Amino acid sequence: MTKEKKTLNLNFGPQHPAAHGVLRLILELDGEIVEKADPHIGLLHRGTEKLIENKTYSQAIPYFDRLDYVAPMNQEHAFALAIEKIMNVEVPIRGQYIRVIFCEIGRILSHILNITTQALDVGALTPSLWGFEEREKLMGFYERVSGSRLHANYFRPGGVHKDLPRGLEKDILDFCKTFPKIIDDLETLLTDNRIFKQRNVDIGIVSKEDALNYSFSGVMIRGSGIPWDLRKSQPYDCYEQIDFKIPIGKNGDCYDRYLCRIEEMRESIKIIEQCLKNLPKGPVKSMDNKLTPPPKKEIKQSMEALIHHFKLFTEGYRVKKDEIYTAVEAPKGEFGVYLISDGTNRPYKCKIRAPGFSHLQAMDYLIKGHMLADVPAVLGSLDIVFGEIDR
Amino acid sequence: MSLTNLEKKINSELTTKINSSGIKHGQLEIKINKDSLLDVVIFLKKNNSTKFRQLIDITAVDYIGSENRFKMIYLFLSHEFNYRVNINFNINENELVNSLTKIFPSANWMEREVFDMYGIKFSDHPDLRRILTDYGFSGHPLRKDFPMTGHSEVRYSEEKKKVIYEPVKLEQNYRNFDYSSPWEGTEYIKEVQKKND
Repeated sequence: MTKEKKTLNLNFGPQHPAAHGVLRLILELDGEIVEKADPHIGLLHRGTEKLIENKTYSQAIPYFDRLDYVAPMNQEHAFALAIEKIMNVEVPIRGQYIRVIFCEIGRILSHILNITTQALDVGALTPSLWGFEEREKLMGFYERVSGSRLHANYFRPGGVHKDLPRGLEKDILDFCKTFPKIIDDLETLLTDNRIFKQRNVDIGIVSKEDALNYSFSGVMIRGSGIPWDLRKSQPYDCYEQIDFKIPIGKNGDCYDRYLCRIEEMRESIKIIEQCLKNLPKGPVKSMDNKLTPPPKKEIKQSMEALIHHFKLFTEGYRVKKDEIYTAVEAPKGEFGVYLISDGTNRPYKCKIRAPGFSHLQAMDYLIKGHMLADVPAVLGSLDIVFGEIDR
Repeated sequence: MSLTNLEKKINSELTTKINSSGIKHGQLEIKINKDSLLDVVIFLKKNNSTKFRQLIDITAVDYIGSENRFKMIYLFLSHEFNYRVNINFNINENELVNSLTKIFPSANWMEREVFDMYGIKFSDHPDLRRILTDYGFSGHPLRKDFPMTGHSEVRYSEEKKKVIYEPVKLEQNYRNFDYSSPWEGTEYIKEVQKKND
């Protein structure tokens, strides 16, 4: 008598706390072994690219906050860099330093969220309670500089919107002094934790070759031992002048990716400290008033400033006809913008390359042959945020 | 190897498969024929002096009204040499494009996205379904002739006790401000004036 093999189809999500948002994952199970995973995405699709085509360049920036909403400023950075390269605009050095500081704050924000929720998925509650307290402080910095905790709209082509408010430098520096202790505390909870290791070591292994073939980037590719970081290899803004290391993994499993993220947070703290130490004085955005609005004070007195202000906030600036791909090292990987301008005040096309999109695509490859209980662990280590995947 | 040498090298190896090439913003841009896509991509991936081993993205652009409506764009990255290359070609609305899924598994979703957004079909694709839009969606949103407001909207119907689809009803037309000529006014105002006259 032959036994007939029967597989079970399981709908994982879209309403599932371990799905990290609105992922509908259709799993084919043989007992507890996953045979096939088919992620259905698009439940958070808002048509960002279509909207951007219909808005002026400055109206497009807030849409970038809403992509990867745990590290909003890193996305704005890619868009701002694209326009700066087309228009050949120089960003004042203080502006570059401030942007780098906030990019690294974004990286810490994102990594805290990822590490602690991954721990939550595999059964550890405390890290998220400790980690979110720190995220709160960082979002406080976001709020002080831009007026909002999440959707900052702070980076602009040509620099940043406003200079740092008084006292913020010192507060960020104080945070940099206390935060390494928090990372140590998180590590005592997780790094040598028996349960955490059992759930993550040797789970979801990615070989070097496959990391390339599946278009991985960021921690996903570094976890597999490929030393690749756009901040080092294709530096933008002032990353060239800053001394930092790129942590890479050995085995390419979930645990290595966790370790990479922990180390990256420590490096980010070093970057922020260096930036604050060397923070020069001067303007924070380009003085070209055809691109950046003049200061409020001038508007009251200068007719020209008033005209510039009016034109910028109604018509917006025009970007000459060009095509460009720019990428930044966002916390999740290579975040790219393919911008086609046609000489008007709106982008003709703005394709957003989200790192999570290719990471989630590899779900089937990563999870095949693993147990059902490994699905949240792998999903957690992919670091997916649906804002950027669905766009 | 500098970028200009790389350009020469690729040109000498692939000769007729390349229509034109150039360097823009520190990236190589190669225009090819639609039919030589697979050959060019395999060469770029496998050759020891290029090693473009990662596909970064696939996208399309809709140039509505021109002879070849769509332009396909492929972005590759070489980690070894730290170069980016952009391969592109133009196609008609009904032309099929060869799928890259056999060479790069990650092309799967990227091509599905291009199909979903632009309606460009890929031959030999294992699973060409829509990816970002809703189940049962019709139309291709990123085409320039697709209205930004879409065609249908959803709401929960209290009578039917389920989510229903209805044609979009807007209280006010979507305003497309024509900033390029501020003194002539925008299109929709002209339309209203004509009606009133």
